[in-house]
Amino acid sequence: MSLIRTAPEDVSAPIPGPIPEASARRMRRAEEGQGDRSVLSNLDRRDPVKRMLITVFITLVVMSLIVVCAGPMLWLFKAATSTTNETLGDPFSLWPSGLHLENFVNIWTQVEFGKYFLNTVWVMLGSLVLGVSVATTGGYWLAVLKPKGSGFVSALILATLFIPGVISLVSLYLTVIDLPLLGISLIDTFWAVWLPAAANAVNVLIVQRYFASLPGEIFEAARVDGAGPVRVFFSLVLPMSRPILGVVALLTLVGAYKEFLWPLLVLPSPDLQPISVVLPRLASTTEFAPFMAALFISSIVPIAVFLVFQRQFLQAAGNAGALKG
Amino acid sequence: MATTTLRPRSTSMGSSTRAGRRSHPIARWLKYGGPVRFLFILPTLLVFGLFAWWPIVRSLGISLQQTNFVTTRWVGLENFTRVFADPLLGTATVNTIWFAALALVIGFPVPLLLAVAVSEMRRARGIASVLAYMPVILPPVVATLLWKAFYDPSSTGLFNSIFGSVGMDPIPWLNNGDLAMPAIVVQATWASFGTATIIYLASLMSIGPELYEAAEVDGAGFFRRIWHITLPQLRSVILVLVLLQIIGTLQVFAEPFIMTGGGPENRTVTILMLIYRYAFISGDYGRATALSLLLAVALTLVSLIYLRLTKKWSSS
Repeated sequence: MSLIRTAPEDVSAPIPGPIPEASARRMRRAEEGQGDRSVLSNLDRRDPVKRMLITVFITLVVMSLIVVCAGPMLWLFKAATSTTNETLGDPFSLWPSGLHLENFVNIWTQVEFGKYFLNTVWVMLGSLVLGVSVATTGGYWLAVLKPKGSGFVSALILATLFIPGVISLVSLYLTVIDLPLLGISLIDTFWAVWLPAAANAVNVLIVQRYFASLPGEIFEAARVDGAGPVRVFFSLVLPMSRPILGVVALLTLVGAYKEFLWPLLVLPSPDLQPISVVLPRLASTTEFAPFMAALFISSIVPIAVFLVFQRQFLQAAGNAGALKG
Repeated sequence: MATTTLRPRSTSMGSSTRAGRRSHPIARWLKYGGPVRFLFILPTLLVFGLFAWWPIVRSLGISLQQTNFVTTRWVGLENFTRVFADPLLGTATVNTIWFAALALVIGFPVPLLLAVAVSEMRRARGIASVLAYMPVILPPVVATLLWKAFYDPSSTGLFNSIFGSVGMDPIPWLNNGDLAMPAIVVQATWASFGTATIIYLASLMSIGPELYEAAEVDGAGFFRRIWHITLPQLRSVILVLVLLQIIGTLQVFAEPFIMTGGGPENRTVTILMLIYRYAFISGDYGRATALSLLLAVALTLVSLIYLRLTKKWSSS
């Protein structure tokens, strides 16, 4: 399985072999990548003793990362495909009675795991659509249309970032239970998860910054040519913003998938609960091996998506850092 | 960037603008697509108004009220006095600070050192970043439940098997008052260190090579380059990430809630867990909001003190 899409050779053993071809490639890459200079210089890397030390050190780091980060996932796969007694008797036994895929069948049929998984998908999709809609329309108004008052609204949105989220947990719950003016309760509807998730200041600010960095002359020219604000938004701003929309979409989807406390509070009916809410309950009501299968399904889906879109994920994570910094 | 403004400019509008200028501002706003433009901010205003701004303002009121959905009465500071009367408040405060402190001691150096190591990699950098970020992708619930299985107290639990192979007796990790919180911290750090690693790595890769070259010419070795170039270049990112980590860990909930439920003997009860119990177990929303406000004030104070203490380093 290729983990790296851009540089497939990175998957091979992390220890650079002493063959001249490999070192030539390394030198070439070092010369090409001008910004690739880090604490160690190319001079350091040519010194045989230093190079061996570096190689040993890097190998150790990568190996501990494999044990610490991939190890639990591999163990989870083993536990999900072994019987309860096998794993509880010896956690490191390797399939003494073969693969037990029936654990997956059990978890899917006995506790309707598919239903909870579908609920999770609904929670994610709704959060995505609403979150991206709010962030793009709001960002457009704040960064491109910029009428009077946009600075004030922008400051109000920014302020929610600096106010600790804990302050409004209870009052948000009371708001969702009895919406002001409308007087309706959103409890046990997906709206109770979707709408508060859409009030995401980070998303609005990321989009706003990106829109503000787009060349405004193009919008001005379009406007002179008779394009209204709606046309400019759909035909120019959105198509020009695909990279940042991808970042916002990823952050929103991951956020919605990871959410636990809020859906636990506002979705008391098991028929609507996403897997993150259901899993702690399954832990005490399901047999060990099928439960491990449930945990495995819940982790392999996001991990597979991550491995496919790893570049975008890591960029989004780095970008979020740039915003914080 | 003023040129991005789409508000009509008089020059390109010809005679109609002159007529518009004489009319009432609201008429002009209506005429030049004001309502259409307003539609763009309407979703943001509605969503933030209802689910961000209003709850924050409302918290101040609820903390002074007693409410049970049917009747609401003002009780002054009674909610706050009842919060302080709870014998668990002290325990929860100590536990929460203990969690945050342990999380900082482990969670600060690990991502920083790892990011420096990863930035030195050439061929393995991609795979190392992917591995480090993988736990972050897992929902906290999944990671916590998986680690709860690792911490199984029997001699055949995963960790006890590993330690047992070097002759140690089985340890009742989460059932031991002294070990439960550190065990939760280790799990929480495992689940989150990837984020900080990737952010540090991104800043490390943006450090200009000329700085290292200059230091090298001056004869600075590996560790002196790290001390005099890498760390100072990262300082703004380090300062922000540490502050965010402290604020985040002081609001810890899901990990102890799922792993131990606050036990053993309340040794892992956190402030947020108290808020949860007041509001959603006892239905005492006023008391819960009062404690939320107190925590928010404490977090603000911590941030201000932190910014004050680090001011010298961040501006030097």
